[in-house]
Amino acid sequence: MAGAPALADARRGRSWAATRRRTLLALLLPALAALFVVTILPSIFLVATSFTPLDLTKPGSFRLEGAGNYRELLRDDRFWNSVWVQGRLSFWTVLLQLLIGLGLARLLHTRIRGVEAVRAAFIIPMVLPPVVVALTWKILFTPDVSVLNWLLGLVGLPQPAWLGDSTLALWAIIIADVWEWFPFVFLAVLAALQMMPEEPLEAAAIDGASRWQIFHHVELPLLRPVLMVVGLFRLIDSMKAFPHIFIMTGGGPGVATEATNYYAYLQGFSYTLVGFSSAITVVMLAATFALSLGIMRLVGQATDVE
Amino acid sequence: MSSKRRRPIVRGLYPVAVGGLLLVVLFPVLWLVLFSLRTEQESFRMPPRLFVMPTLQNYVDLWQGKFLRAFENSAVTATATTLLSLLLGVPAAYALSRAGFRSERPMSLWVLATRMAPPIAFGIPFFLIYKELDLIDTRLGLVVIYLSFNLSLVIWMMRAFFDGLPRSLEEAAYIDGAGVLGAFVRVTLPLCAPGLATTAIFCFLLSWNDFFYSLILTRSEALTAPVAIVNFMNYESWDYGKISAGATLIMLPVVAFSLAVRRYLIRGLTAGAVKG
Repeated sequence: MAGAPALADARRGRSWAATRRRTLLALLLPALAALFVVTILPSIFLVATSFTPLDLTKPGSFRLEGAGNYRELLRDDRFWNSVWVQGRLSFWTVLLQLLIGLGLARLLHTRIRGVEAVRAAFIIPMVLPPVVVALTWKILFTPDVSVLNWLLGLVGLPQPAWLGDSTLALWAIIIADVWEWFPFVFLAVLAALQMMPEEPLEAAAIDGASRWQIFHHVELPLLRPVLMVVGLFRLIDSMKAFPHIFIMTGGGPGVATEATNYYAYLQGFSYTLVGFSSAITVVMLAATFALSLGIMRLVGQATDVE
Repeated sequence: MSSKRRRPIVRGLYPVAVGGLLLVVLFPVLWLVLFSLRTEQESFRMPPRLFVMPTLQNYVDLWQGKFLRAFENSAVTATATTLLSLLLGVPAAYALSRAGFRSERPMSLWVLATRMAPPIAFGIPFFLIYKELDLIDTRLGLVVIYLSFNLSLVIWMMRAFFDGLPRSLEEAAYIDGAGVLGAFVRVTLPLCAPGLATTAIFCFLLSWNDFFYSLILTRSEALTAPVAIVNFMNYESWDYGKISAGATLIMLPVVAFSLAVRRYLIRGLTAGAVKG
């Protein structure tokens, strides 16, 4: 009869485990339901909308009608222009952010006490609300009030009307975006440098390697995974550049700064062609997901960028 | 590193160079703040003067105008969505951490996807649905759409904090007769207070900084501060003083909060990809 209490215990244990599991499930379900409603349902709705000719000014235009929007998209020069603008914007912002962030992190990776204190201040641009960044640079790029142009004049350089020039306008946006987000790269690289094992660096120094050689042959290879991950994050975020374009140029002059995201906004909310706008957005989403999968792959190599 | 090995003159110059660099980097935003403290006339003066008698007139104007309402909308929607996200997300994160569901990979994909998607992807469907439900230009509408990025972020971040806590404390509480819920609320949660605070700040900042959703989903009643300032540039032909004063007001709380959580900035911004 020695088995009876043990059996009772086991049964109680099992029912306790079941109760615990039920409670945990109850804690989980509301959030999953909410996530389903605010993310999955809208995504399905978006894809469905992209197959309709929905125009907000035309009642009854919300009906499924096949892939017409996508066919039109392929023929739409303005869409391809937006892809080209987006491509240049993404390329230059990511490249410059990586270079500046890396350089600054290398420069400030030191144990000098004052520098450590000041380091935090370098991340301020990245924590500003995007609207504030856009307004700040709009003021700096508007000739009437531009202290930047005044400084350029002081050293004898031309003082262009940045936002009115079809080449410079995109560069104005690139500059604002680089300024806002180089700290992201800086912070990640700095953290990686601080966690870097000392041995290979010391070994290289003992072997008589110069500072540049140490950086190029020892540190840089060790930083590669971090740089890949932050670079991809920046790349994906660069496709969302909206407030800068909205506030600084409105996509202009002409269509010179009309990136894809902004073009989708114009079609949907200025021209009320929501169906077409949805199709553009779905294409962007597909591109984004492809890049996200790239990140997931890379994470296998860089388990921790912090 | 090896600054010891450098010549003294280089060592002496180094802090100066860093200070100079910092000044260059922060100059744009410092200039914005200076701009907010001068009169319209002064802001058009060329060459610009660095030091002028500061005036608070721009702030007084803002205070008396409609901007205050927008500021309140920002604060209320950001706070409400933060609380709601924590209320739903924290228990879920705890359950994921403790139940041993195989959730790591799907959850991280979900978080990444909502983090990566351009806002317009949610903006369009929410706009269409809100038109039917009469939720356009309401604070409730904003709070709900902000859940789309905040909720998964909360689950991801808090799960990592819970994973870091030993289970033995809860098990001790069970033996003392506490239920699953009791142990969670009275034992685990208090230990996670720093994690909760960090996560809350993140949610607040993301919502507070939002521009796009507020732009398309509000008109006047629920307008938030970032969109309200932009209206100063459309209707009143660029009132630089008010714009820079408004921008300064919007960024102050954000900068203070962010510096407080700077250790977690990368973790929060790469949520989903990087183990929390």
